[in-house]
Amino acid sequence: MSNQALPRPRFNAPEPEPGSKAALKIEARTTPLLQGKVSEVPDVAFGWAMRLCGLAVVALLGLIVYQLVVGSELSWHAFGWKFFGQSDWNPVSDQYGALPFIYGTVVSSLLALVIAVPLSIGVAVFITEMCPIGLRGILSFTTELLAAIPSVVYGLWAIFVMVPILREYVQPFLARTLGWTGLFSGPPYGIGMLAAGVILAIMIIPIISSITREVLIVVPQHQREAVLALGATRWEMIRMGVLRNARAGIVGAIILGLGRALGETMAVTMVIGNRPEIAKSLFAPGYTMASVLANEFTEATGDLYLSALIEIGLALFFVTIVVNALARLMVWSVTRGQPARSIA
Amino acid sequence: MPDTNPNSAAVSAQQVNISPISWRRRVTDHVMTGISVLTVLLVLLPLFAIFAYLVYRGIGSINIAFLTQTPKPVGEPGGGMANAIVGSMVILAIASLLGVPLGIGAGIFLSEYGRNRYGDIVRFVSDVLNGVPSIVIGIVAYGLVVMRQKHFSALAGGVALAIMMIPTIARTTEQMLLLVPQAIREAAYGLGVSRWRTTLSITLRTATSGVITGVMLAFARVAGETAPLLFTAFGNQYWNWKTDQPTAALSLQIFTYAISPFDEWHRQAWAGALVLIILIVGAVAAVRIAVRHGTLAGA
Repeated sequence: MSNQALPRPRFNAPEPEPGSKAALKIEARTTPLLQGKVSEVPDVAFGWAMRLCGLAVVALLGLIVYQLVVGSELSWHAFGWKFFGQSDWNPVSDQYGALPFIYGTVVSSLLALVIAVPLSIGVAVFITEMCPIGLRGILSFTTELLAAIPSVVYGLWAIFVMVPILREYVQPFLARTLGWTGLFSGPPYGIGMLAAGVILAIMIIPIISSITREVLIVVPQHQREAVLALGATRWEMIRMGVLRNARAGIVGAIILGLGRALGETMAVTMVIGNRPEIAKSLFAPGYTMASVLANEFTEATGDLYLSALIEIGLALFFVTIVVNALARLMVWSVTRGQPARSIA
Repeated sequence: MPDTNPNSAAVSAQQVNISPISWRRRVTDHVMTGISVLTVLLVLLPLFAIFAYLVYRGIGSINIAFLTQTPKPVGEPGGGMANAIVGSMVILAIASLLGVPLGIGAGIFLSEYGRNRYGDIVRFVSDVLNGVPSIVIGIVAYGLVVMRQKHFSALAGGVALAIMMIPTIARTTEQMLLLVPQAIREAAYGLGVSRWRTTLSITLRTATSGVITGVMLAFARVAGETAPLLFTAFGNQYWNWKTDQPTAALSLQIFTYAISPFDEWHRQAWAGALVLIILIVGAVAAVRIAVRHGTLAGA
């Protein structure tokens, strides 16, 4: 049987009037979107424009390095490596050594980590392992709200609320109980290294806990079930099944927090006391690399003075780059190539 | 949930000869749970303390004069931060104009053209840029703009904040574009739509709300920044409408007033802090609402 034997299908619908709405609709539906030869020029141009934007990000990093290196040349030639080993900072006699600032940055950041790490891990563990589902979203939102407060507002609060509390209650208590260590001696000003460490801790807790939470979430559920099946209590399950598996990621989160603490400027400048001295006691005022830049950059009159400040900026830049790169790699190793969420 | 039923533990202890959960282990479990709850309370405490105190001190100090006048000299009561509020907006507008297109462009590159080694480099660099201290960005903007212009300016402040916005926007844009199903792109190609039109009108448009969330995240992050403005925008006690002149910013003004020894200025610092937070939250909320209901709504 040939096809021709079949009756032709019949369409009873009337042809739409030419020019009517229905006809236009059919025309629009059957006309190819693009008529004629498609030019490749806009496509190629767009592709390269976007590549240029990507390149701009890399160029930006290059620009930062270039600016800092060129700016600090004068100071580098004058002092060399000794710049980082000298504790003399005297604009009048043009003698510059960065040691007190490096010391202040390191001590205040480590102090912040000592306070923030246990708290952040506790919060992350509570949110992922213990807390009822309904509370989970609220809690993570609230801890992330802490990250949205501007640094200068933290500083404001620290000056007028936290420092008086430290001076009246915390420091006398620490001096009585732990004064023999030498870390908590001297007059309790309130303002000083301890205040800087505490406010830094409050500021980095959201970062550490939110990344730790992400790391804990990706620990496979069957790890937890396996440990529970062996008769573990919930805490033993968290310790052996969860925390141990997420070790590298948690360390990465801590290092990211450290990176943030090292570069934090405003809140620290407002409470650390800004004196370039190296004191053993945490009650004594100090100075950090970031706060000396904030305080003295606009007042730097001599070329060497400005150059020395820029060299401090360069050092701060390199330290934070290394710390951040290290942390990213550690977090990546746990979350399996999924990029860590940007920490704002 | 761990099985702590003592009966089943006893039965299994008889049968399989393992010890039941001991008293010590059970106490440890409860103690650790308690510690964990305690850490949450300890972390939430400063948050509520900051917000409560901010509202308490701020509300009492905001008035019409604060919102409409420029700062008065020391000793004179009254005055406000009107010029700083406008200055902050100008600086943020410049930063957004420079940073948002470049950031979104870099995000498009990462997601549509950068699934290779070059993309990995850009990805890593933008993550690293994200961690550069803001004060260092300030030094760079000082060298780039202030040194050339020979004076502090709103433009320099805007450049500094734009540099901080770019990596955040690039990475969130990338992640949002990657969420758009490949099939949608292929459908567009199948209709003969060119690649650039597909990327802009199909992929980017589908991901609009996510991309805008990323932009607002970056915006909120830089809106309260002070450190990079110290030696770029510098601050100003008077009205200034020129983008190449020193410009006041809310965050700078809060800093200056907070470390001053005058009660009147402290009061204004609190008011400024409250206004700053309200402006940030308001801007983010306004854009969110516009995305959900308005013309910006995605496909």
